[in-house]
Amino acid sequence: MTLETFLLLAAALFCVGLFGALSQQSIVMLMMGLELMINGVVAAGAGFWFWVSPGTADGQVLVLVAITVMALEMAMGFAVVTALFRARDVDMTDDAGDLRG
Amino acid sequence: MEDVAFWVLAVAAVASGVAVFVVDSMARATFALLASFLCVGAELLLIDLHYLGVLVILMMIMEMLVMAVFMVMYMMNPAGLMPMTMLHNTRGALAISGGAFVVLAAGIFTVPWPERAGRPPRDPTLALGESVMGPKMLVMMVIGIAILATMIATVVLATHRGRYDRDGAP
Amino acid sequence: MVEVVVLGMLAVAAASLNGAFAGRPAEPFQEAARLLTLQRRRTARADVLLTRIGVVSLPLAAALAALVVPFGDRAAVGSGVGVVWFNAMEVVAWGAVWLAGWGVNSAFGLVGGYRFLAQGLAYELPHMFALITAALAAHSLDLRIIGEAQGGLWFAVWMPAAFAVYLVSALAMAFWGPFGHPVGGDAAGGVLAELSGPDRLVFLAGRYGLLTVAAAVAVPLFLGGGAGPWLPAWLWSPVKTCAVLALLVWTRRRFPVLRMDRAMTVAWTVLIPATVLQMLVVAIVVV
Repeated sequence: MTLETFLLLAAALFCVGLFGALSQQSIVMLMMGLELMINGVVAAGAGFWFWVSPGTADGQVLVLVAITVMALEMAMGFAVVTALFRARDVDMTDDAGDLRG
Repeated sequence: MEDVAFWVLAVAAVASGVAVFVVDSMARATFALLASFLCVGAELLLIDLHYLGVLVILMMIMEMLVMAVFMVMYMMNPAGLMPMTMLHNTRGALAISGGAFVVLAAGIFTVPWPERAGRPPRDPTLALGESVMGPKMLVMMVIGIAILATMIATVVLATHRGRYDRDGAP
Repeated sequence: MVEVVVLGMLAVAAASLNGAFAGRPAEPFQEAARLLTLQRRRTARADVLLTRIGVVSLPLAAALAALVVPFGDRAAVGSGVGVVWFNAMEVVAWGAVWLAGWGVNSAFGLVGGYRFLAQGLAYELPHMFALITAALAAHSLDLRIIGEAQGGLWFAVWMPAAFAVYLVSALAMAFWGPFGHPVGGDAAGGVLAELSGPDRLVFLAGRYGLLTVAAAVAVPLFLGGGAGPWLPAWLWSPVKTCAVLALLVWTRRRFPVLRMDRAMTVAWTVLIPATVLQMLVVAIVVV
């Protein structure tokens, strides 16, 4: 258990989440990918706190912010999906391309 | 002993993260994601972050249960009884995420990380509390305002009734 | 570990007491024997894995929560964040009940699972505020320290709103009595509708376990922990736990079942303001 292995875990989680966020059509599945990416950020922040600067609480604060961001992202995401679904019965990213050039 | 626990939890976290995008049933996908979060929470417990580890476990259980409701509500095939694929650009996504992992892993093992500065405090929870209520107060205030703004914005976005229409009567 | 075993025995006693209120104290034991020998009922295309996880995690969560419950000043695991740990383990019930309702692939089970989620969202915020109020007054998240901090005055006396809200949420987290809507008779037993045989036994045992742990945590949080005359501290804690547990069990046949949308309205318009005000008062007094 070293900083490198901890960061490797974080990178693996982040990349699995990245794959999901890029490849999923459904918005709710896409958000699960985003959550996994933030999960990686939580692990990385905790690892940095423990092995780089345990003297100050900066790493812990970062983890706290990441957890909050995760909750807010989910709440906003579901609100947008609900509004989108109510407006036009759509829950797929490919159908929500209004801003496509 | 701790090393064994770390590796078991790490493999379980990544494996259940992969399972999220493999299984058919949305309920299983949500709980696979929850398992991944629980493993990371346990990893935090391993490095003395008792409060944050338990907080991750607590918040993620609640969050994933709310998520399960929306998953079942919006997915065409929530129980996975009729297997179907809902992917686009799988190959590109695999290439990008695989490439990102290689780059990150290479960076992790080549970057000379700084020496450890200081010792972990006897009670990290206390250190965190004094930090967010002292020098890092701004972070706490921003989080609070962001949560309030999100609550208002989500209700505005998601509801189609006014405040006087309590039970959905026309 | 002896604390966890004692709490398990108290859970069995609670089941027996519940039978006694109906005039049949031996009824839970007969029912347990019957369920153990009963064959499982199978539903079409059930998700057996998720059902099993849900059923088993309910008693498991109760046992894990019991780890941090102190008797006197000794707990099975002396955790510095006991309050948060108890809260996290008690939220596991949300997952357990929803999974058990979803997995059996039955409409009534699913209705029960969703009811419990809605109820959970109603009771959880006031519950957390009540927990934090006690932790705030004792300057600690450690249940042992909170228990010892009440040497002069029990928290139940000078923060009655938080204590009352805690008792209400204890009932709600074990979907007991007035909060029994998730297993209500109007949905043919809700989550319990399709659980049969050993599954049902384990699930019901977990429910009594949660009720017992909630009663046991009320003692260090609000009732002075092991403080009391004549008896030693390690004995006072279980004695007080028994009293709280008996009160909780007694409510089942005394109050009508509350629909969870009404519970939600009450929670957000009455309980949350009450606990926030209580916390403000406590914060001003303490700091």
